[in-house]
Amino acid sequence: MSDKTVHMKPIWYFVGLMLLSMGGIILLTGLYLYFFGIDYRTVFAALHPNLWWGTVMIVAGALFLLLNRHASE
Amino acid sequence: MQSIQLAFPDWLIIATYFLFVLGIGAYLKRFTRDESDFFLAGRRNTAWVSGLAFLSANLGALELLGMTGNTLKYGMYVAHFYWVGAIPAMVFLGVYMMPFYYSSKIKSVPGYLKLRFDEKTRVLNAIAFGVMTLLVSGINLYAMALVLRTFLGWNWDASMWVSAATVAAYITMSGLLSAMFTEIIQFFLIWFGLFLVAVLGILEVGGVQEMFARVPTAYSALWSTSANAADNGMLVTWGGVVLGLGFVLSFGYWTTDFLVVQRAMVAKNLRAARQTPILASFFKMAVPFLVIVPGLIAYILSHDPDSGFTLLQDGGAVNYDSALPLLVARYYPIGLVGLGITALLAGFMAGQAGNVSAFNTVWTYDIYQALFKKNASSEHLMWMGRAATIAGILISVVTAYWAKSFPSIMDYMQAIFSWVNAPLFATMLLGMFVRWITPSGAFWGLLAGMGSSVALFLAVKFDWISKNLITLSSVASDMAANFWRAWWAWLICFVVTIAISLLTRRKPDEELVGLVKGLTKEAAAAHVPFFKTPEFYALLSMLAVIALNIYFW
Repeated sequence: MSDKTVHMKPIWYFVGLMLLSMGGIILLTGLYLYFFGIDYRTVFAALHPNLWWGTVMIVAGALFLLLNRHASE
Repeated sequence: MQSIQLAFPDWLIIATYFLFVLGIGAYLKRFTRDESDFFLAGRRNTAWVSGLAFLSANLGALELLGMTGNTLKYGMYVAHFYWVGAIPAMVFLGVYMMPFYYSSKIKSVPGYLKLRFDEKTRVLNAIAFGVMTLLVSGINLYAMALVLRTFLGWNWDASMWVSAATVAAYITMSGLLSAMFTEIIQFFLIWFGLFLVAVLGILEVGGVQEMFARVPTAYSALWSTSANAADNGMLVTWGGVVLGLGFVLSFGYWTTDFLVVQRAMVAKNLRAARQTPILASFFKMAVPFLVIVPGLIAYILSHDPDSGFTLLQDGGAVNYDSALPLLVARYYPIGLVGLGITALLAGFMAGQAGNVSAFNTVWTYDIYQALFKKNASSEHLMWMGRAATIAGILISVVTAYWAKSFPSIMDYMQAIFSWVNAPLFATMLLGMFVRWITPSGAFWGLLAGMGSSVALFLAVKFDWISKNLITLSSVASDMAANFWRAWWAWLICFVVTIAISLLTRRKPDEELVGLVKGLTKEAAAAHVPFFKTPEFYALLSMLAVIALNIYFW
C-alpha cells in the first residue's frame, strides 16, 4: 500500500533507536551485575564494561535520535 | 569446546535486532511504490547512506572471522587486503568510473555492458554474476550455521531457515531500500559490537607498543618482508600483492562487482555517487582495527601458556577462524556477549540480503527482461523482483545444504571472484577508456579471461601444472596462486579484447556518448570549492593510505 503524504524517516533515526534500546539493555544488565554479583567468567569483569559501554551506546543513540527527530528522507 | 552460554539479556538483544530489521522492512514497504523504489532504492540516497551501505555490503561476518584468523597466521601482512587491496580501487571508482556508470542511468553493471557493447556480453556477465552471487550467498549461509553451531550450539537447520526467512521477508517487502538500511544497521552493530574486543585486548597485553613488541618482527611489517616470498608467512611477493591483489582482484571487485557498485549507482546525484566509494574508503581504512588488532592479540595470548587462551582444533589442525568468537567470549560479560553475537549475525544476514538484492536486479533486468519479456510493465518487473528474491533465497539454502555435504566447496569461494571479476575489470577498463574496443572484442575477451581463470584453477587443483609456474616464484601458497591467477585472467582478457577489436567492427562514436572517456561531458563540479569535490577527498584518502603503508612498512 502506498503512502504519499507521510515522509520517510531517515536511517539515522532507526540507528539511534537501535543503539538506545540495545545500550539500555546492556546498561541495565551491567547495573544488575554490579549490585547483585560480578560475571566472573570474563577477563576484566571488574571493570564492568557493560556499564560504560551501555552508557556510550545510549549517548550515541540519543544523539542520533535528537539530531534526526524532525528529519525525513 | 563448551558453547558460549547466552543469558536472557543476550537473547533480548538478538530479538531486538530481528525486530528492527523486520520492522524496518515493513515500515519501508509503504515507500516502495514502483520498480525504481524496489530495485534502485528510489535513487534518492545521500553519499553517507550509499557510502556506509557500499562498505557494509563487503563487511561480512565471514570476512571478519577469516581476516582475524589470517592475521593470527600471517600478521599485519593481512592489512594489504584493506589498504593497497581496496583504497586505490575505491578512489578510482569514485573519481574515474562513476561518471560513466551514473550518467548513463543504467540499472546494473551488465546494463552498462549492453549499452557500451551488446546484448550477448551483457547476458554472459549477468549469468556469471547471478551464479557467483547465489553460490557465495549459499556458502555464507552454510558458514553462518557452522559458526553458530560451533560457538553457540545452535541447531543447524533452525539457524539457516530462520535467518533465510527473515532476509526473504524484508527484501520481498521493500527491496534494495531495506537491504541498504539493514546494511547500515549492520555497520553500527559491527563497530559497537566488536570495537571493545580490540580495546580490552590492548589493555590485557599492556598497550599498543607492548602488543607490537610481543609479536615477531615480520608480523608488524607490510612491505619490508615482501621482496622474498619465504620471508612472509603468506608466501606472496610484492609483485603478487601489487599486481594480483592491489590491481586486478581489488579493482575487479570494487569497480565492477554489482553488489557494491549498486549502492553507489542509487545515490541521489552524480556528486553523491562519486563521493560514495571515496567516503567508504576512509571507513575501510579503519577496519583493520577490528580484525588485525584482535588477530595480533590472539597470537600473543595463544603463545602465552598462562593466558588460558586456546584456539579450537578441527581434525587435529588449528582453527584460526575461531580467534574472534573466542575473544568475544573472553572479554564480554552477559549483555555484551549478546551484542557481539548480534554483530556477527547481522554481518551474515546483511551479506545475504546484499547478495540477494543484487541478484534480483540482475535477474529481472539483465536476464528475464532481456531474454524473455522485453516489454514487461513496471508492476510485472516488481513482481518478478519479489519472486526472484524468494527463489534466490531458496537456491542459497539448497547451496548451503550442498556445502554442508561437501565442505571442500569453501576452498572455491576465493577462486570464484577471480573467475568472474578479474577479467570483467579488463573489459570495463577498456570499454570506458578506449573508444575503438568492439562488441566482439569485449565478448570473446571476457569469455577467454573467464575460461582461462577456471582452466588455471583446475590445472593447479589437479596438479596438471605446478603452482610455481603461475606465481613465478619457487615457493607459493594457495593465496599467492589466487592473486597471480587473477592477474593472468585479467591479462588474457585484456590482450584478447584488444586483438579481436583490431579485426572487428566498432560502434559509431554517437552511440558511445556518455559511456566512454573522451565522448562524455566531464563531470566538472562548477561553482563547488575544491575542498568539497570528490577529487579532494580522494586525494586525502590516498595520502592517508600512503602514510599508513609507510608507518607500517
